[in-house]
Amino acid sequence: MTTEQASAAVPQANSRRLKPGFVEKTLADISSSIERAIFSEENARKEGFLQRRDPRAKLLAFVVLIIAAGLSREWPVLVGLYGLVLVAAAISSIDLGLFIKRVWLGMGLFSGVVILPSIFFIGHRELLHIPLGFFSLTVHGDALVAAAIFVLRVCASVSLAILLILTTKWADVLKSLRVMRIPNALVLVLAMTYRYIFLVLHTANAMFLARKSRIVARTSGREQRWWIVSSVGVLMSRSLRMSEDVYQAMLARGFQGEMQTIDDYRMRPADWLLLSASILVAATTVAGGRLWW
Amino acid sequence: MVTRAAPIFELYGVGYTYSRKQVALDGINLTVVEGETLALLGANGSGKSTLLKILDGLYTPTTGHLRVFESDIQAVAADLEETHRFHRRIGLVFQDPDVQLFSPTVGDDVAFGPLQLGLALSEVRRRVEAALGQMGIEHLRDRAPFELSGGEKKRAAIASVLSLEPDVLLLDEPTASLDPRTKWVLVDMIAELGRQGKTIITATHDLEIVPIIAQRVVVMGEDRSILADGAPERILSDDALLVEANLIHEHLHRHATVAHAHAHEVDAHHGL
Repeated sequence: MTTEQASAAVPQANSRRLKPGFVEKTLADISSSIERAIFSEENARKEGFLQRRDPRAKLLAFVVLIIAAGLSREWPVLVGLYGLVLVAAAISSIDLGLFIKRVWLGMGLFSGVVILPSIFFIGHRELLHIPLGFFSLTVHGDALVAAAIFVLRVCASVSLAILLILTTKWADVLKSLRVMRIPNALVLVLAMTYRYIFLVLHTANAMFLARKSRIVARTSGREQRWWIVSSVGVLMSRSLRMSEDVYQAMLARGFQGEMQTIDDYRMRPADWLLLSASILVAATTVAGGRLWW
Repeated sequence: MVTRAAPIFELYGVGYTYSRKQVALDGINLTVVEGETLALLGANGSGKSTLLKILDGLYTPTTGHLRVFESDIQAVAADLEETHRFHRRIGLVFQDPDVQLFSPTVGDDVAFGPLQLGLALSEVRRRVEAALGQMGIEHLRDRAPFELSGGEKKRAAIASVLSLEPDVLLLDEPTASLDPRTKWVLVDMIAELGRQGKTIITATHDLEIVPIIAQRVVVMGEDRSILADGAPERILSDDALLVEANLIHEHLHRHATVAHAHAHEVDAHHGL
């Protein structure tokens, strides 16, 4: 067989390959997302400006700024806030290109699509008239500004949330929730959920791979549904057994039903400065912007 | 005058049945004294893990009688103060380290035990540092458990129990699923803990490690009762006993034209 013949045969062979099922694909995607989340912990270990700050100060500062972004009604103020987020990301050794893409390609596009119809149907000031045969579309200037504010608001908020996660270890984020008076038990449940969901997903992926390795022909929909149902059952019983073991491991180390934890955080002047500056920026975003405009 | 070491565990006809049907242990009579290093040898399903959980007070025997530190286990369980003291003195390392490492970071997991016992924060910090140092994993303090390798998880799980500074260490299959290098590093660490005077009970079916980590061997049979109890040299040289306990098997092969059968350790290939 010539090289051309061989290469021509490849796509044919590939087309006969079994395509991954919906559940299998979803599980693999979720698992890889969590792995990416772990990978992002590497950013949290870098020696950047935000990484050095106390996680409690960071959490409070970011929450205040996210609320301010949600309350802001002026696009120049939102652009200014987004600019500040980018500066904070840059001095925290975050890859700006990746950071911007991650927000705009996901949330920017999504919120843009959601708000797009409104620029044609609401507003008073006509900006552009688009004739489309039997009917026409009119873009309103005030609706366009409102849509831009919406998209900016979403992207600024999401950027703040992502920057917090990228510059803070997940364990520290969870521990910091206690500053916001969230009960210890709930924080523990969240931490354990994050810890074990990853393990359960890996088990599920392994089960799918084990099944895939034994399949030589396409299975019927009925068979696939039966397999999914039985796998869910197996996973459920494994999770239950594991939760019992985990509880026993807690009891074995003296757990009596009330959670005791340790925090080694210390607020330094720079942390107080970050918190104060964030409150100032948040106040400016909400009130200052209105006065200025 | 010969001074006898104080008994830690005294089991009289102890049995355990899961869900009133499946017998996990039957008629166990055993005494373990202070400073003893004991290997609990048995095949899968022989009841080793169940026995360790009973010794740690997690399961209550369905038959028989158990005394721990010369007190009845029922009396210990009924008194909160006694329960605290009990958990401070006995530490169980589970077979699956994922079960034991449930906190967001290794440091949090190692601090978990001392914190639950209500120790002062300065003491908790001292113990965390000491346990991490003992296992050589100081660098993993801020790591999430899912970022660790199998060997690192095992060491972290042991550190999480060592921070309790227990007198008795119960280890369930400590070398299972470890690569040879990590396994022997861990075996050396267990042997060192034994030399420091800790009472150690190790459940295993890995015959190779037994002479290093134990002065005494208790063999569990497939009928979930004790088959033999003695020194490692005597137990490990008794092929018939090990075959009966399903720890080695009769291996038939040929040398040239002559068929030849001999006892062969499960999971290992002789001469290779």
